[in-house]
Amino acid sequence: MGKTIAEKIISEHAGKEVSAGEFVVANVDLAYIHDGTGPLAVRQMKEMGLEKVYDTEKALVFLDHASPCPRQELANAHQMLREFASRTGATLYDVGRGICHQIVVESFASPGDLIVGADSHTTTAGGLGAFATGMGSTDVAVAMALGRTWLRVPETIRIQASGRFPPGVYSKDLILHIIGQIKAKGAVYKALEFTGEAVADMPLPERLTMANMAIEAGAKAGLFPTDDETRRFLEEMGRGEDFRPIASDDDARFQKTLKIDVSSLAPTLSVPHFVDNVKTIDEIGEVKVDQVFIGTCTNGRLKDFHIAKEMLEGRQVSPGTRLIIIPASQRIYLEGARDGTWEALATAGGLVNSPGCGPCVGVHQGVLADGDVCVSTQNRNFKGRMGNPNAFIYLASPAVAAATAIKGKIADPREFF
Amino acid sequence: MVLKGRVWKFGDGVSTDDIIPGRFFHLRSNLPELAKHTLEDLRPQFVPEVKSGDFVVGGENFGQGSSREHAAQVLKSKGVNAVLAKSFARIFFRNAINVGLAAIICDTDEIDEGDELEINLEKGIITNLSKKRDLTFTPLPRVMACILSDGGLVAHIKKQGEFKLD
Ligand code: SF4
Repeated sequence: MGKTIAEKIISEHAGKEVSAGEFVVANVDLAYIHDGTGPLAVRQMKEMGLEKVYDTEKALVFLDHASPCPRQELANAHQMLREFASRTGATLYDVGRGICHQIVVESFASPGDLIVGADSHTTTAGGLGAFATGMGSTDVAVAMALGRTWLRVPETIRIQASGRFPPGVYSKDLILHIIGQIKAKGAVYKALEFTGEAVADMPLPERLTMANMAIEAGAKAGLFPTDDETRRFLEEMGRGEDFRPIASDDDARFQKTLKIDVSSLAPTLSVPHFVDNVKTIDEIGEVKVDQVFIGTCTNGRLKDFHIAKEMLEGRQVSPGTRLIIIPASQRIYLEGARDGTWEALATAGGLVNSPGCGPCVGVHQGVLADGDVCVSTQNRNFKGRMGNPNAFIYLASPAVAAATAIKGKIADPREFF
Repeated sequence: MVLKGRVWKFGDGVSTDDIIPGRFFHLRSNLPELAKHTLEDLRPQFVPEVKSGDFVVGGENFGQGSSREHAAQVLKSKGVNAVLAKSFARIFFRNAINVGLAAIICDTDEIDEGDELEINLEKGIITNLSKKRDLTFTPLPRVMACILSDGGLVAHIKKQGEFKLD
């Protein structure tokens, strides 16, 4: 009987052959916390009497959600995490270095790894063929100290994506479409695996967008098989030697397979207040927009900003609409600075901020007012997500976001291509 | 263990942002203050009126969204001993057990706001005292039952020094 990617990776880390449905204790390759979930993890470690991290290079601490720090309580939380890192030797990424999931993908995650992070979007590294999953603070605290965690080996739902994306349509539209189909609980306790020709052609950053949002269908992991594009990306990150081929066996057992032809997709949005509340752009009427946000661990990569730049160059953000731009990591920030991306976006009227989560979770840098409508490239639009339960969040691709910024209302990017 | 209490009923898809909104991010290191905002956007009267021993009952995919363990912790700290739902988001499910909050999967259509329930965790039986009706539920997987019976993951590791899950 063949194995899925999830079964293969968990078997290797459990030291025995396992298949879907079994419970195992498995070794982890990486465990990480951030400034939202880290302080609790550190307190729990102390409470458990665990003083050391199992491997200082594989226990990571990120200050990204409130970066740079907007208020006293959080500054103290940052201080506590800095002290934890210096006491235990855990590797610290201080403010300005970027969002945990992006740094993990740039510098740590490799195909075949088993990764746990105290953040639901840890699934992002699945775009590189790593089994990466989010857990709560206490679970990750234990993983950081012992180098192990317990897991139920998930069944896998396979998404087979055929065809070619039409101009102006991207992997963000595909993943929103999938979540609209299978709904927020469609993959709870399961892994999603993305295959097919549309995926084989897909640039790695776009794979990360899909793996990132696998959790919005409830999935434990969002997995991509590795290929030449994975190798190219790892080489670009200066760690080509981390590449290894990984894919499900031909005779692996999938719980089900969903087939989608991406050539029939239109720009797709998730409308307030649930991620699985999905509509195509043609189904959305006239919606005036106050704020547009391009960034986050979902769509804050250089390629995303290049799309926005191409559309905004020679144009202006609509008066009455605010455009906030936040790169996901320092690496992306520097690349965008070198190639003129920020200059172009700022010239068009955008506000370019320092790397981090920005307003995604309502901490700072773009909290919404009562009645505000925001189009964001992030992954969640729950009521209150961006700091105000009386605001409305639409999720979309960077192309829809840029078109919207130009028009001041939700707009179709296809007319720009 | 037998739990007894009154029901607070919610619908499908209660998210961790509903349980404890992101705008209170800065209070995460101050649990008593944070807990004052539990479920505030969905039910402003929850915090003033909840009693120790009450149950929170939801529909599908309870606890979806962010991994914030604070969501399970604030419920526990308000005296909630069990959350019942048709299904749970998996991170919340783990977090609940880890903080010693029973998470029970059952058909919650049979349960209404204000019902008095008696829950026998070992036997897997919920007695709806208001409706004079019994409901059954599947017990937790063994691994999670081990953690819950030790009082949560912190207590489990303190006691065992390791995962001891069979
Ligand atoms: S960018 Fe948003 S979704 Fe991503 S880690 Fe930060 S807060 Fe979470």
